[in-house]
Formats: sequence, C-alpha cells, structure tokens
Amino acid sequence: MSLESNEPVGANLGAPAQTPASPEKGMFGIQGSGDVSGFGGLVRRKPEVVGTPKPYGSYFDEVTDALEEAYPGFADAIEKVVVDRDELTLHIVPAKIAEVAQIMRDDESLRFELCSSVSGVDYLDSDARRLHVIYQLTSMTYRRRVRLEAAVPAGGSLPTVTHIYPTADWQEREAYDMFGVVFTGHPNLTRILMPDDWEGHPQLKDYPLGGVPVEYKGAEIPPPDQRRIYQ
Amino acid sequence: MTSSGSTSQSYATERETTEGRVFTVTGGDWDTVTGAIDPLSNEKIVVNMGPQHPSTHGVLRLVLELEGETVTEARCVIGYLHTGIEKNLEYRNWTQGTTFVTRADYLAPLFNEAGYVLGVEKLLGITDDITERAQTIRVLFMELNRISSHLVWLATAGMEIGAISMMLYGFREREYILDIFEETTGLRMNHAYFRPGGVANDIPDSAIKKIRDFLIYMPKKLKEYEDLLSGQVIWQQRTQGVAVLDVTGCLALGITGPVLRSAGLAWDMRKTLPYSGYENYEFDVPTATTGDVWGRYQVRMAEMRESLKIVEQALDRLRPGPIFISDKKIAWPAQLAMGVDGLGNSLEHVAKIMGASMESLIHHFKLVTEGFRVPAGQVYIGIEHPRGELGVHVVSDGGTHPYRVHMRDPSFVNLQAIPAMAEGALLADVIAGGASLDPVMGGCDR
Repeated sequence: MSLESNEPVGANLGAPAQTPASPEKGMFGIQGSGDVSGFGGLVRRKPEVVGTPKPYGSYFDEVTDALEEAYPGFADAIEKVVVDRDELTLHIVPAKIAEVAQIMRDDESLRFELCSSVSGVDYLDSDARRLHVIYQLTSMTYRRRVRLEAAVPAGGSLPTVTHIYPTADWQEREAYDMFGVVFTGHPNLTRILMPDDWEGHPQLKDYPLGGVPVEYKGAEIPPPDQRRIYQ
Repeated sequence: MTSSGSTSQSYATERETTEGRVFTVTGGDWDTVTGAIDPLSNEKIVVNMGPQHPSTHGVLRLVLELEGETVTEARCVIGYLHTGIEKNLEYRNWTQGTTFVTRADYLAPLFNEAGYVLGVEKLLGITDDITERAQTIRVLFMELNRISSHLVWLATAGMEIGAISMMLYGFREREYILDIFEETTGLRMNHAYFRPGGVANDIPDSAIKKIRDFLIYMPKKLKEYEDLLSGQVIWQQRTQGVAVLDVTGCLALGITGPVLRSAGLAWDMRKTLPYSGYENYEFDVPTATTGDVWGRYQVRMAEMRESLKIVEQALDRLRPGPIFISDKKIAWPAQLAMGVDGLGNSLEHVAKIMGASMESLIHHFKLVTEGFRVPAGQVYIGIEHPRGELGVHVVSDGGTHPYRVHMRDPSFVNLQAIPAMAEGALLADVIAGGASLDPVMGGCDR
C-alpha cells in the first residue's frame, strides 16, 4: 500500500478488503492509511432497494395519493416508493426535488411545514447513484414524517430547496462540505464545518482516514509514516 | 485599561490591512478603538466576535457589521469544534457508537444517546422489546438531563445579561444532577449509559434516594431563581421584546424546542410524536406568546417544573425487572456494577465467564469485539432535546458497524436564526438573543 495512490485499502468495492501487510515503521505501526473500510476483511453486502407495492399501510397511502393528485409530474419525478420499518421514503429524480418539496409544503392535504433534516449518504454502489441526498420532512398539522431521497453521482448537482425551506441553508452547506454535492441556486454554498481552504469531502467513503498531511493553513505536520519513529 | 501606559500596548493593538485598519480588542479598551476612528469617514465598523469570546457560548464566531450600536448584518461562523463524530461512528461497532454520540452535545449527552439507540433499536426491530424498567430509566434520566441542560442555559444566559450570581446558582444545582448521574453511570458527562437494547447498568438505591431528595430540593430553588430574576428591572429590559421570532419565522428557519414554544406553538415531540413511552406520563407543554427572550426564559423555567413532574412519575413507575433486552444476541454480555475503582464488570460475572463457562466467554468476546449485525435499511428518529428536535438518521448496510449516522442537532439548525434576530437590533441584544437560543457548539459542529 503506497501513499501515492492515496486510496485507502478496502475502498474499492466488490472484492473483500485487502488487509495491509504488517507494517515495519511508523509512529503507531500503521503505514499508508491502513484498512479504513471498517469491514475487516469481510465482504460488503450491497442491499438492493426494492419498491414497495401498494397498499403501503398507515398514512403512507394518503400521502402518496395526495401528492399524485396535486403534482401532475408524479410519474416522472417519483422513481420509487419504499415503505420500510414504518417509514415512508420517496425516491425522487434529482432535478425534480424542489418541485416536489414545494408541493409537499404547500398542498393542503400534505402540509409538510418543517424540513427537519437534510443530509447525505455515500452508497458507493454505482457511479450514477453514488451519493444520496436525504430530506426528512415533518408535517406538524398531520403529525407525519416522510423522507425524500435523491441520488446523484459524485460531485453531482441538484436544485436547492432553500427558497422553499430556508432552514435547508446550513444543512445543504454541510452536505456540500461533507459529500461535495452541489446544490444549484443555493445563495451561499460554501464550506461550513471544515476550514474554507480544505480539500476533499471528508464523509465520502473513499476519503482517506489518516496518512494524509495536515491541511490547516500554515501548519506543517508530515504524514504518520514520515514522522519520528519511537522504538 | 487605557489609563495605564504600560499595559495599553497589549490591548487594542492596531494594524493596517488591505481591508482597512484592524484592531484587536480584548475588553475594557473600546475607547482606544473609538478614539482612533474618524466618525465621518468610517460609518460602519465590522466586529469579529469570537470564536473565543465568553458571551458567545463556546466557540461560536459572529461577524457583525455595525452602524453605531445597531447591527446591520450578522453572520455566524461555525465549525471550530468539528470533531468528525459522524465519520468516526462508521469505524466502530453499533454499541461503541453511543460513546461517540454522547460527546456531541455535551450538555445533553443522554439525549444524543437516546436518539442514537432508538434508531439502532428501530433498525433491529426491537423497539417493542425494550423492558419496562429500561424505558422508565431512560425517561427518568432524560428529564433529569433536561433540567441540568436548562440550568446551564439559565446560568450562562444570566451571566451574559449581567446576572453573575445566577451563573453560580445554576451550576450549583446542576452539580446535584451530575452527582446522580455519576452515582449511576460512573461519569458526570459522556456517560454512554443508554445502549442498543437497554441501559448499561441499573440505578443503585443510593441514586434513587438522591433523586427523591432532589425532587424536594429543586422546586424551592426554581422559586429562588424567579425571585432573583423575574422582578428584576434590568433582566426585564434586557429580555422583553428582544430578539423576537414568530411562529412563521421559526418554521421557515426550522427552529424547534423552547424557542418555537415561546412563539406560541405547542410543538413538543414527547406529546405529538411520542417515543420511549412518553404517552404514559402526565405533563403540560408550556408555551408563551411573546416570542422574545423573556418568553423563552418563562418557557424553560416552566419546562423544568414539568420535567420534575415526569421524574416523579417515572420514579413511581419504576418496578424491579431486567434493564436489558432478553435476546442474548444483542444484549450486552457484561454485568456492570460499581466497584471501588468505578464502573466495571461485577466480580460474580467475571468469575462465571472465566471459571465456569467457556461458551459464555466466547460469546462475550465475540459480542464485545465484533458486535452484532443490524439488518440493512435506514431510519430517522426525532426526539425532543432540550434545544429542539434532535434527529438521528441511521443507515445500516447489514454489517456490524453503522454505515452512516447523521445527527440533526438543534443547536446547528437554531443558530441560523441569529441573523434574523440580530439584524436591525442593538449589539447588546445580539448577546441576549444568541443566549436565548441556547446553542451548544459541541452539538452544532459535531
């Protein structure tokens, strides 16, 4: 495992993660970035997302029916409806996310007034659907929750929902900061948690854990394998 | 400060930059700055407050553009306490996750744990199998934690508005609650007490007695705080009509918790979307209609009283019984007990696994080092944190580690309200308004 490739062992999928050869030097006995896959030699399972057939049960039928009625482009925008563990997930075509959010907020029989959370997940499964952006909406009127999910490729983009839910402002910035998802139309899409000159997006699954030089301005700390060795 | 010639060098040092003249102000030396600025050519002054400022609640940085004492633009800069908790979780097993999440919002550690373990339990499909006693202990501890968190709010907000003695009293009473936590979990904070499947160990009788004493002690203290603050003219003037945010503003900005309730909407997820058996407790959701700092003060004071009610009911509901789920594939194998050197495995349990049963040793080892598997899927759990909605989105890919955990921390979301509350108001009201949001940067930056 060399530092040049800059890719942690186990980040490449499909094959079981390689266990790095026993280290000979380094401050903590780890060379390169070690096995950071977290799978410890186990083969990763890739769970398939399967759409749920109707009826969905609970309030889920009411929500989907109301959305279908209020939104003419329902068939084009909704890729899949999944009901799992008593939670409703609507998989949305990324370009349509703002349209759907607008109707989810405004339609009288939906009334999802609060956008509780916006975050990302790096599913690492296929290039076109690698990053999922998750929106958790809450209806205070009906006491319901629904999850919108949109899949984009790495560095992909989708419309912002900040003009519909201003609370998404910082949360979209965090998703951009951590995953590199670009929200087009966002008023100020800059890093929020990491320093503004940081390179890379730390929550990506193939972002190296350790073994990289410290990135802060002016700081010069070599990667672990070039530091003093205590033996 | 300016009177002394020798010390003035270290204060209000100035230097020229491309953006204009920059001063470093450390307190008590404002006249050096104002004296050096020509009021005709410099109408606006940009003040960078924080990240190391005692009245910004931790490492929050505010960049304020001032015209006189009026704030024309306010921007928050956060991230100074980002510790990568969400990323770290992905490299530990499910049970170890609680030791990470508890460190996010350090004033409400048990809520972080509760949100996380409820998520893991929902993924495992064991939500209904959590024992009655474990549920009750969780509610009991969450409510005690809510009081201790509100006490720190009252203490720090009091200090920031000028009621220094309030800070001492608030921290004094919080210490009482931390003693109860220490008695049970072994730690004052960062407990890792709630585990997927139950709680780490049972409440000792001594802690029950302490809680009973606390229930008698605390109402008197709450009365004392109100006697100290509510009639105080300075307190009233600094809080009433300050940093107003109505329900529309709160919902647009995603503000929940006491700030939303102070604007008049009784949205409390313990009532509206109950979890952990909160539907079985009798309590009210206090609201105010003013939507200002005063309203938030009143709501939080009333909430502490409601929490005391819940604590009392929870104590009465506490029946002897198991504190962990019976499924041995998930239940933590340790039998923890408090020893002379702190919390650890009980001696009987160590004797059993080391001496009597090879299988239980293997089982113990596998479960602790490798952990259990959680079926693939994702869930979102929202709980009523002292500051608002704490949302935990947990994703599993079927392995022994979380695939992704995202915490929607109320401090993070609520801080977005600072520009809305501060712009157009006075500089002093930025402090009162910011304090009324009760941001905890550990939770905000995670």
